[in-house]
Amino acid sequence: MTLKKIIIAASLALSVAAAAFAEEPSKATAAAGSSSAMTAPAGSGATATAAPTTQAPAPAATAPAAAAPIKHKELKANKAITISMFAIIIAVTMAVVVKAASKTKSAADFYAAGGGITGTQNGWAIAGDYMSAASFLGISGLISLYGYDGFMYSVGWLVAYITVLLIVAEPCRNAGKYTLGDILSFRTSPKPVRAFAAISTVSVSTFYLTAQMVGAGKLMALLVGIPYKSSIIGVGILMVGYVVFGGMTATTWVQIIKAGLLMTGAFLLSVLVMAKAGFNPIGFFDTIVSNPNIQDHVSKMVLKDGIIMSGMDAGQRFLEPGLYLKNPLDQISLGMALVLGTAGMPHILMRFFTVPTAQAARKSVIIAMFIIGGFYILTTLLGFGSAIHLSPQGITAVDKGGNMATLMLAQQMGADISPIVGDLFLAFLCAVAFATILAVVSGLVLAASAAIAHDIYVNVIKDGHADQHEQVFAARVTSFVVGACGIVIGIAAEKQNVAHLVALAFAVAASGNLPVVVLSLFWRKFNTAGVISGLVVGTVASIALVMVSPNMTYPKVVAAGAKKVVAAMEQKQAALPPGTTLSENDAKALAKAREDAKQDGTSMVGLEKPLFTLKNPGIISIPLGFMAAIIGCLAFPSRRSEEMFDEVYVRQNTGIGMAKAIDH
Amino acid sequence: MAEKKYDWSAIARNPKFVELHHKKSAFLFGWWMFSCAYYFLLPIGAAYTPGIFRVKVIGPVNVGYVFALSQFFVSWGIALYYSHVANKDFDRLTRELIDELHK
Repeated sequence: MTLKKIIIAASLALSVAAAAFAEEPSKATAAAGSSSAMTAPAGSGATATAAPTTQAPAPAATAPAAAAPIKHKELKANKAITISMFAIIIAVTMAVVVKAASKTKSAADFYAAGGGITGTQNGWAIAGDYMSAASFLGISGLISLYGYDGFMYSVGWLVAYITVLLIVAEPCRNAGKYTLGDILSFRTSPKPVRAFAAISTVSVSTFYLTAQMVGAGKLMALLVGIPYKSSIIGVGILMVGYVVFGGMTATTWVQIIKAGLLMTGAFLLSVLVMAKAGFNPIGFFDTIVSNPNIQDHVSKMVLKDGIIMSGMDAGQRFLEPGLYLKNPLDQISLGMALVLGTAGMPHILMRFFTVPTAQAARKSVIIAMFIIGGFYILTTLLGFGSAIHLSPQGITAVDKGGNMATLMLAQQMGADISPIVGDLFLAFLCAVAFATILAVVSGLVLAASAAIAHDIYVNVIKDGHADQHEQVFAARVTSFVVGACGIVIGIAAEKQNVAHLVALAFAVAASGNLPVVVLSLFWRKFNTAGVISGLVVGTVASIALVMVSPNMTYPKVVAAGAKKVVAAMEQKQAALPPGTTLSENDAKALAKAREDAKQDGTSMVGLEKPLFTLKNPGIISIPLGFMAAIIGCLAFPSRRSEEMFDEVYVRQNTGIGMAKAIDH
Repeated sequence: MAEKKYDWSAIARNPKFVELHHKKSAFLFGWWMFSCAYYFLLPIGAAYTPGIFRVKVIGPVNVGYVFALSQFFVSWGIALYYSHVANKDFDRLTRELIDELHK
């Protein structure tokens, strides 16, 4: 009881302090937010959505010249309705937390909901944990701007679950307890292995969390006009509240509620889009191909590659690959990171400890696959629907990356019925986005805290000698600290380009975590040295490759691109009849390019241009991670690890001895 | 704590376990490889054989679109098939093994 009071007092103190901190600079942020300077909002994770704005100086040279006159559409949610919907979500989730808090007494309750989540519930929770705002807003945006390539991009996010289903879900349920460290330390020297596993878990979670927090802040600022810092603090306090008081039970229910809301929103909107097409899928595709706005948009995009195309040909081109994903190697590299990384994500692995049996784990992955896959298929309808009804030009006018497409579509489809319906529908989707952010960040905070409290504190520092009360206390304090750090990082990273961090999180999970998990479960010879070398090399290689990749900002490259724009603009100006000036957009582009052309210096690690040309390091770092794990293990063989393999292998295949692992 | 001490290496040599292990390994690895191969055909095909992806199937819907959409159904199909085989075969073998151990 006293523990709860202390935590309540502490979180109140934090929220007051945070509010005071946010008060002062909030005016400046509000002004910046409303001035429609929307460079890359909700970069929350669409790994590549924000990329074109920063990565492609060359195409930018021609883009401004081709800018068509566009009706500038405002996207502002009705504040009163939206805030009340947020309030409903907060009230419902808080009720869940209160209920969960009374049930959270032991470490197993806190980390794994006492193993009392059913397969179906866990399936919805996995879907809720996995689909971030990037899936919800980013992918439909990509489809609305680049057609087929956006759809192709979404496929890997589902196929990734085959690896989860076939390779990791059931063995982890049978061999693990709460964390990645539990699985890896079974037949190795527990202390060093747990310490490295915890570091890896915390770094993956931090990368992902930072991207989510920054996305959350920008999205809230853009949609409801809540200043960036206040949004981050608000989201942060809720997330800390869910995790600290309700542990895994509350986090699970927040994720289930979110998945339900997300599917409802996507389904309703898809029905409206298909109703406009008379529920005729072929007719729907005909409208895409014959839409003059899409045709115009595509012909401008292909013109950059020197191809002249118009009319139906251009419309058809929208349904063909290559408008957005131009580097196949990068694509394959991302695919590898998704297919192997999802199965190495600590917050996803952790979900399998919440169900009682391997059968329930299996069922939960299959349910999650149907929800996630169904969602991406609906996303296609939303993306193409946005392109038809809002025009790609209208979407880019609001946000260059297309992140606002779904929300704009909701408003328009609703408003076609009645203006108030449009406002309600937009507010509902904003609330879905809000719930989405909360569900994903809570899962991440829980995973990171479990690694620190369970692996480092209880098992490394206290040698596993901590009673239930102390374990739960440690878990709560850690979650509180991790959440507070998340808030601070989120605020500090406001101006950073965080879009690549999600890809980095997947790359680290695929190159560091997955090889050692698979080898621990399936290879007799695997041992301590293998785990450590695999984790270290996989993680360091992914991070290092990203540091020297085109994801970083290279001032000299930016300047070179800007110089081309300046040259093109000046040429255009010279070609104009005397007395006339450049259009407003062109003049703006010219001024910005002149400014950018002055940039000089090197990237964060002191490079003038990228050393590694791919944005996704997986294709190199994943084989490196596997090789390091195997070489490290063969260099320092361990008899004990080999002798214990039978136990691990029998356990992971059959679940024998599992009850012991839960009560322990 | 543990009510029963298991002799793990004896279980690992138990014919029931060996059968389970062989069936499971072949199934899991085989289908995992198939799903990866099928998935990576998508980015590779889109990049190197765009001509095939462009061929229209019904109205404006082309091979590329149908192929990308098929990825979803193939993944679901593998998942359901695995669930069917696991519920029928793997779980039965596991149960028989456990019953034998608790005799």
